[in-house]
Order: sequence, then C-alpha cells, then structure tokens
Amino acid sequence: MARTLYDKVFDAHVIDTIEGDSLLYIDRHLIHEVTSPQAFAGLEEKQRKVRRPDRTIATMDHSISTRSLALDACGPQNALQLQTLQKNCEEHGIRLFPVGHQKQGIVHVMGPELGLIQPGMTVVCGDSHTATHGAFGALAFGIGTSQVEHVLATQTLKQSKAKSMLIQVDGTLSQGITAKDIVLAIIGKIGHAGATGYVIEYAGSAIDSLSMESRMTICNMSIEAGAKAGMIAPDQITFDYLKGREYAPDADFDAACEHWRSLHSDPDAHFDAVVSLHADDIQPQVTWGTNPGQVIGVSDPIPGPDAFTDAVAQESTRKALAYMGLQAGATLDAVAVSHVFIGSCTNGRIEDLRAAASIARHGKVDKSVTAIVVPGSAAVKRQAEAEGLDKIFIESGFEWRLPGCSMCLGMNDDILGAQDRCASTSNRNFEGRQGRGARTHLVSPAMAAAAALRGRFTDVREFGEQQ
Amino acid sequence: MSSQQGFTTHSGTACPLDQANVDTDQIIPKQFLTGVTRTGYGKHLFHDWRYLDLHEQQPNPDFVLNNANYHGASILLTRENFGCGSSREHAPWALADFGFRAIIATSFADIFYGNCINNQLLPVTLEKPAIDTLFKQVEQAPQTLITIDLEAQTVSAGDTRWQFEIAEHHKHNLLKGLDAIGQTLEKQAAIEKYEQSQPQWL
Repeated sequence: MARTLYDKVFDAHVIDTIEGDSLLYIDRHLIHEVTSPQAFAGLEEKQRKVRRPDRTIATMDHSISTRSLALDACGPQNALQLQTLQKNCEEHGIRLFPVGHQKQGIVHVMGPELGLIQPGMTVVCGDSHTATHGAFGALAFGIGTSQVEHVLATQTLKQSKAKSMLIQVDGTLSQGITAKDIVLAIIGKIGHAGATGYVIEYAGSAIDSLSMESRMTICNMSIEAGAKAGMIAPDQITFDYLKGREYAPDADFDAACEHWRSLHSDPDAHFDAVVSLHADDIQPQVTWGTNPGQVIGVSDPIPGPDAFTDAVAQESTRKALAYMGLQAGATLDAVAVSHVFIGSCTNGRIEDLRAAASIARHGKVDKSVTAIVVPGSAAVKRQAEAEGLDKIFIESGFEWRLPGCSMCLGMNDDILGAQDRCASTSNRNFEGRQGRGARTHLVSPAMAAAAALRGRFTDVREFGEQQ
Repeated sequence: MSSQQGFTTHSGTACPLDQANVDTDQIIPKQFLTGVTRTGYGKHLFHDWRYLDLHEQQPNPDFVLNNANYHGASILLTRENFGCGSSREHAPWALADFGFRAIIATSFADIFYGNCINNQLLPVTLEKPAIDTLFKQVEQAPQTLITIDLEAQTVSAGDTRWQFEIAEHHKHNLLKGLDAIGQTLEKQAAIEKYEQSQPQWL
C-alpha cells in the first residue's frame, strides 16, 4: 500500500501495540530546564533509571539571561531550575550543554546544528516547537512532562496515529519574502487550529528550493496551526547540511543516505487533507491579533468582527483588537513599534541574522525603538561574529546578546511592559506572551529589522535593491 | 501523574469561560514555570485575567473565576481549541490544583489533551450546539449540576444528556489510573529487540 512519509517513519518505530495505541521507539530525546525537573523527580520517586542517557541531550535555554553567563542572573528561582538540570544530568550521565558552553543554544537550534537530528528519526522534547526537526524528515513533536518521564524511563512513547495533511506550496517567492512569511500565510489560511489532529507534510517547488534553516522555520510553526508535527522529505539539501556535522553518520554516511532517500511519500499516497498555496501570492506577513492565525499582508486592512460569520470568531476578533489597541480597517504599516526582537527557535539561525543584517546595514534603529538580536546558539553567535554581522547590528543600534530563548516567552530578564508593541521574529503572539499587557506582532527577520529602522511596520520590499 | 485513583464519574457545577483559543500562556503564564515540583500552581491559574495586579492581591471582578456564583465549580466549560500553544504540563497541573476535575469544550489542542489524560483531568469534547446549551444553562442557573459518566461516555445536565467520544486507550487509562511507565517497562524485551535491529549510525 502507498504510504506517506509520516506513515513510513511512524511504522518503522512501532515496537508493540498496547490498548490500541502504538508503542513508538524514540531515537532522540532533547531536554531543557523547564519541563524536565518533575520528570526526574518522578523517576527518583520510583527509583527508575534513564534507559538511554546516550540518546538524551540537554541544554539550557528558556530560563537563562542573554546578558550574563551567571546562572542566577534571572533570580534564585531560575537558578534553582538550572542547577536542578545540572544535577539531574550529572546523576544520570546525560550530556548537558550549559550556559557558556560552545555547543549551548536553544534546544531546536543546537540539536540540528550538531547533526543530532537525522532523517527518519523520532525526536521528542518537552517543548511544542519540537516540530522544528521535521525539516529533516524526522517525526518530531512536543510532549508534556509525564511523557518526558516516560521517555526517560523507557525510550518509548505511546502514540496513536494522527491524520495526514499535505500542504503544497508551488511557485517562486518574491524578493524579500521568506520562510516565515510562507508559514504565517499557511496558518492564516488554515487557521490557528486548522491542523489539529494532523501531521503536516510540506511539499512543492517553493519548499524544495528552501535551505535547511528555512525549512526549520516552517516546520517550527506547525504547532501554531495545531498540528502534531510538520515534516519535509529529505533531499540533497538535507544530506549536504548533515555531512560532516559532529553527530551525523561519518563512515556510514553513504549507507545512511541510501536509507534516507527512501523517506518520501509514495506518489499515490493518500492524505486526509490537501491544502495548496502559491508562493508568488505571498506578501510580507504581520500578525494583527492574539493568535498566529490572525495574520495579514503588511498593506492589507486589519479585519473587524464583521469579517466573520461565527459569533465566537467575532468575539475573538473584538477582544484581540482591544488587546492589541488596533482599529479594524487600518493598515499595519502605519503602526509604530517600541521594541524589536530578532531571535528564537523560529528565526534565530545564521540565515535569519544575515537577512536582518542586510536591512540593518542601511540605517540606524529609530530612536523610539529598543531592538535586540539574540543568536539561537553559541555556534550561530560565533558564525555571525566571524561574518561581522554583530558589528552591523551594533553600529545600527541593536543590542547583540548571548544565545537563549530570551524575549520569545520572557521567562528571563527580557520581558516587555504593558502596551509595549514588539515586532518579533518569534512564534506566538498570545496575550501576555512577552510580558503582561504587551503587544506582539510576528514577522520575518527582515521585516523586524525594517520596523526597527523605520519605527513602524514597513514593507521590506521598500528597501528594494538596497538589500 | 502516572499512578493514581481512576476516574469513573464526576458530578459538580461548572464555571463558564466563554472564550475560544484559550492558550496555555493564559492558563499559566511563564513566570510561574520556574518551579521544580508539580504542585502549587492553582493559585496562579489564569493569572493575567484573574488578577488586576502582578502580586495576585486584587482579584479582577470581571473574570468569571472570581464570580461568587461559580465558586466551588469543579468543571470548566469553555470553547474550541482550548489549551493551544506551549506543551507545558503546568497547565493541567494548575487546573487540577485549583480544583477542576473535568473540562468540557468544543475542541482541545493535542498536547494539552494528552497532558490532561496523564493527570486524571478529564477532557470532554462536545459538539457546538451542546456547548451552547450548557453555556446557557450554566449562565442562567450557576448551580446546575453536571454529571460526567466516563464509562458510559455521557454528560448530563437537567433533563438533557449528551454522548461524548474518547479514545479507548485514554478511557482505559483514566478509568484504571494505571502506571503508564510501569506498563511499558513490562515490554523491556521488545524494546531491547527493537534497539538491536536499528542501523549502526543511530
């Protein structure tokens, strides 16, 4: 029977069936300080061991400061959480990349760049943006802490099969349009819960031509459409990215590639849902509301409640506009921003920083704006510095930070105040996400840099040839 | 949590949270995720909506959880896509710690749904007309007693009864309150056999 990429990876990991659920083997388990302490405490309570410490990799990212390497820089609570991770990793023999380590980084940035994530793997982490790793043709998804404990103890997880959705993006992107605009346009089209219960496979000529960094940006936000996971079939771009990376196959590389080439949906595979987008139609995207599905092109009018027929959607729109301090019918390019955040597991990779720097080098950050650039990992930071991107940002008036999750979720000292308005390259614009009462607009790195320079949302294409 | 008393039936009053897309950042904001235990999150549940101040001294009188009519409610009634966003299990921990035993909604986000099952917090999905009726009843008569029977997969309020769907394995785990890890550890031989069959480069 013809199978999808998801079917192939899922089937290859089924160990057993329990109560109608499949018991899946987990190849990689990434952990961080926020969602693991209770899982380790659970193991301790039952005197259980970590089954495969060699397949478990830990980093510090959420609770750390990006201004200081000190573990207590964000207060004693955060310090305790970080020390707890350190202690748990030591006790169970798990590799940890702590603050200051040359391999430390946001879990979804450092994992792939070390070659830890490979096609056909199952990858889990107590973090919903684990979907990122699907860019390699891995089945990767976020889990809760009870499941973290289950994976630590057994290296398996009980899962039922999700439905499958094919999202086909064909055509060519206009100049200045990026993977972030594609994924925001997808979520805008299918809605914030449009893929709930599904695993998405992204395909089409516009996806095929993307770099691994861009593919990671797309898969990263699968969860923002409610999907269990997002996947892209591995190809030569994937193999070239992996070759020579520290944890990628070395002597076995060719054998691995041969296996990886079989990881694609069969031509006549059945998908439960199919969605198509034309890359040529995609405009620079900016969210206007309080969920990622509330998104429009930068020059489109902001919708009002009357754009919806359903009473619940009308009420959501009314509430979102009030929270965001926006008027229906206005356009976002007239809206001033007070903060710009460039970074996160969505857009904290080298390619993102290059795109932002290509705009930043043409001017100064507007004096009404506080703008920060936070590399996604220590390796991204080193690479950016080797290319001189840090100097471009600093000369333009951006702050250049240490790697971490930073302002994406403000579990640290990067937190916004009420009514601050932020052009953010992160993934969630929920109420209060970046600080109580703060207003988040999701954009691409280039759009964020443009907003920093102009002090308001600006169509990045206005910079035209300057890029 | 992995090993607990099973969930069979529950009767209680409901608190109507009439909003769609309630995300886990609302259920429990990030500043409360720095704990290293599973307990004590209930007082911070819905922090941004529930309190006017950061120190949780001034309850917001307009937020439904602060409405005296709904004090003591053990069922949360809400709308579609409840629990979307972050995978934080602190969300069901906070809801359960506050005193909720079940959540009735039009739909749930996947990770949150699984996290509820693992914490013996029953997520009940009903069609929109049923949810609309329940909202009307609970808003008109806050003391309306709602009974959820997991074995029969029904929700009853007054003279009305609705059937709900739940996957067999989820139902089984909730009814028995099984130790999921203990169950899987019995499959040790199969896990080892699988590991031996994997390619060397993994």
